[in-house]
Amino acid sequence: MMRILKYVALDILKTKIVIAYTIMLALFSWSAFSLEDNTAKGLVTMLNIVLLTVPLVSVLFATIYVYNSAEFIELLLSHPVKRSMIWKALFTGLSLSMTVAYIVGIGIPLLIFTDLGTALIMIISGSLLSVIFVAIAFLASILTRDKAKGIGISIMLWLYFALLFDGLVLFLFFQFSDYPIEKPIVILSALSPVDLCRILMLLRLDVSAMMGYTGAIFQHFFGNSWGLLLSFSLLALWVVVPFYFSLRKFNKRDL
Amino acid sequence: MIEIKHITKHFGKLKALDNLDLKLEKGQCIALIGPNGCGKTTLIKSILGMVLPEKGDIIFNGQNIKHNNEYRKHIGYMPQIGRYPENMTIGQVIDMIKGIRNSNEVLDNDLYEQFEIGKMLHKKMRTLSGGTTQKVSATLTFMFRPEVLILDEPTAGLDPVAAEILKTKIIAAKKAGSLLLITSHFLSELEGIVSQVIFIQDGKLMLHKNTMELKRDTGKDTIAQSIVHLLKTQTV
Repeated sequence: MMRILKYVALDILKTKIVIAYTIMLALFSWSAFSLEDNTAKGLVTMLNIVLLTVPLVSVLFATIYVYNSAEFIELLLSHPVKRSMIWKALFTGLSLSMTVAYIVGIGIPLLIFTDLGTALIMIISGSLLSVIFVAIAFLASILTRDKAKGIGISIMLWLYFALLFDGLVLFLFFQFSDYPIEKPIVILSALSPVDLCRILMLLRLDVSAMMGYTGAIFQHFFGNSWGLLLSFSLLALWVVVPFYFSLRKFNKRDL
Repeated sequence: MIEIKHITKHFGKLKALDNLDLKLEKGQCIALIGPNGCGKTTLIKSILGMVLPEKGDIIFNGQNIKHNNEYRKHIGYMPQIGRYPENMTIGQVIDMIKGIRNSNEVLDNDLYEQFEIGKMLHKKMRTLSGGTTQKVSATLTFMFRPEVLILDEPTAGLDPVAAEILKTKIIAAKKAGSLLLITSHFLSELEGIVSQVIFIQDGKLMLHKNTMELKRDTGKDTIAQSIVHLLKTQTV
């Protein structure tokens, strides 16, 4: 596994996309912190950028990379290499590079400008978000052999999780605002990794006080350390489940 | 050495392999022939574990190849159209395969030298012509002295000099006792090299015979003529 991972990592570095992505994230975060006069505002600006761009870049780059690795996979398979090893090495290589890009680009300014707790939560949730969308990309790219279709599926999934899901929740919220739906909404939010990350961060920033009763419910659910643990395990589940299904499909695929 | 037990494989509605049963022995040089799309490449890919048959088993040296990958140590595979990571150079590809094989044996650098691969190490795989890609494939196939060599259209795309070098290498490997499985549409090319013929049509095994027997039975001088004779008389 380490041997394959070495070649995957070298190859990803050579494409320079990851380096450009790191620089872009760094530019965003440094300017967000230096333009806003207080850190909390800067954090909210950054949060919005992170929740949109990190999933998009992760899912797109990973999908395209997996499709472009078809030859690489084929070449390795005629040699004594375990099938699942190749898939795992690709996944690890992509996850690592996306996470490192995120930590270097966003993590460093976070650690400088904000307190340690907030920085850590944002670093961990952002890293998990990167890995989650790499896993989703793996699932999307194993579903079809057609590269254009695969990229299409990835973009649709990103649209759904980053924009549509939010809208749906909001819609339900307003439609059923006469009923006590706070608890179902909490459960519903857990169904999208992006929303989960958003809630985690907003609670940390104490903006939840402005969200009224729902904010209080969220605070009650996710605010304590158990809630934190629960939400991080939910995020971890979002990594494991898509990747597991893609691996199972990859093992049964004809090449 | 390789036992193929009743394997069946569909691609959608197309039946690529139909209850195919074969036994390949060590030291033989076998020509795998048949019309286009008859299942030759599918059979080869099944042996390599790239295509997973729905039914049947493949036994390599007494081991079932399902959920196994170590057996591929003993196989050298030269694909019909070698597909390599485009951004890698020839040198990187060779180094990577060496690293992955991690073999302790002395490497066979005959083809590496004869094809003058050393002079092209810095070239990117994307920029290579079809023939040069085939040279790289052939070099990698023979490099680790495998017991089984599977060559899919080995000389297609090679220039006459390179094809001759490869042919000499194939004969040398046969003498060294390897099992060779070769597919080719140029039957005349295989004349004098192969010791057995396997003929596949529509995924079914039509014929598996020694070349001597085949020629005697049909009364013809060459493999090509014998096959054509058999096809015409429909006795296969």
